[in-house]
Amino acid sequence: MNTPDRRRFISVLAGLAAAPLWPARVALAYPESLALLIRRITKGAAVNSGRVKVDTPRLADNGHSVPLKVSVTSPMTAADHVRSITLLSEKNPRPVIAAFYLGPKAGRAEVVTRVRLNGSQHVIAIAQLSDGSYWSGSAEVEVTESACLDAS
Amino acid sequence: MNVRVQLPRTAKHGEVIEVRIAIQHPMETGFRYDQMGKPISKNVINSLVCRYNGVEIFRAEMGSGISANPFLQFYTMADASGALEFFWGDDAGDQGSERALITVAG
Repeated sequence: MNTPDRRRFISVLAGLAAAPLWPARVALAYPESLALLIRRITKGAAVNSGRVKVDTPRLADNGHSVPLKVSVTSPMTAADHVRSITLLSEKNPRPVIAAFYLGPKAGRAEVVTRVRLNGSQHVIAIAQLSDGSYWSGSAEVEVTESACLDAS
Repeated sequence: MNVRVQLPRTAKHGEVIEVRIAIQHPMETGFRYDQMGKPISKNVINSLVCRYNGVEIFRAEMGSGISANPFLQFYTMADASGALEFFWGDDAGDQGSERALITVAG
């Protein structure tokens, strides 16, 4: 009964069962829908994860106005500061929410605003530092009433 | 366009101060329809610049993902008395500006 063929068949089945786990894990760190856009923003440069923190309420009642704070760990000196922060949405019809440009005079790399979110999703922030490196962070928001941005 | 700017009136030299601005604007997404079923065209404040004594300290490029009546809070190092000026414009070509004064001691 235990022919090699049968064993191979079973191992392929087991592989298939495990396969869906992989894209899910990748999506968690780096939503697939945004990978291309992020590559365009960074002009192909690698994005490190860390240093960037996105703060939102875990549960937002109203997607029309979700308070959001993005902060980057940086000394904000002339030699080492944050140049820009780009906010991206995983599910909005226009994924780029906003881009903020700071400089060494900011003193503190933090911006607070209010955003529209079309449903529960991850909000990703990509920061470019003065040395040209990119860092990212994200927050997961549960939206009870979405902003219905695409009128659907 | 009604606008409100909040920042401390006085600060110590080298102090990092909080700057807030809120502008009354619908930030129309372009995805909505009026009562006649006609699409309402997109009209958002697409850019805002803040200058401190003429030097740009903050710039925001915004899209329809920013809520109506956009609010922004950011920081700057108080290094000289003078004015913070804000300039912005929307997709319809309307422009606005506002200024606030700060006195820096020491």
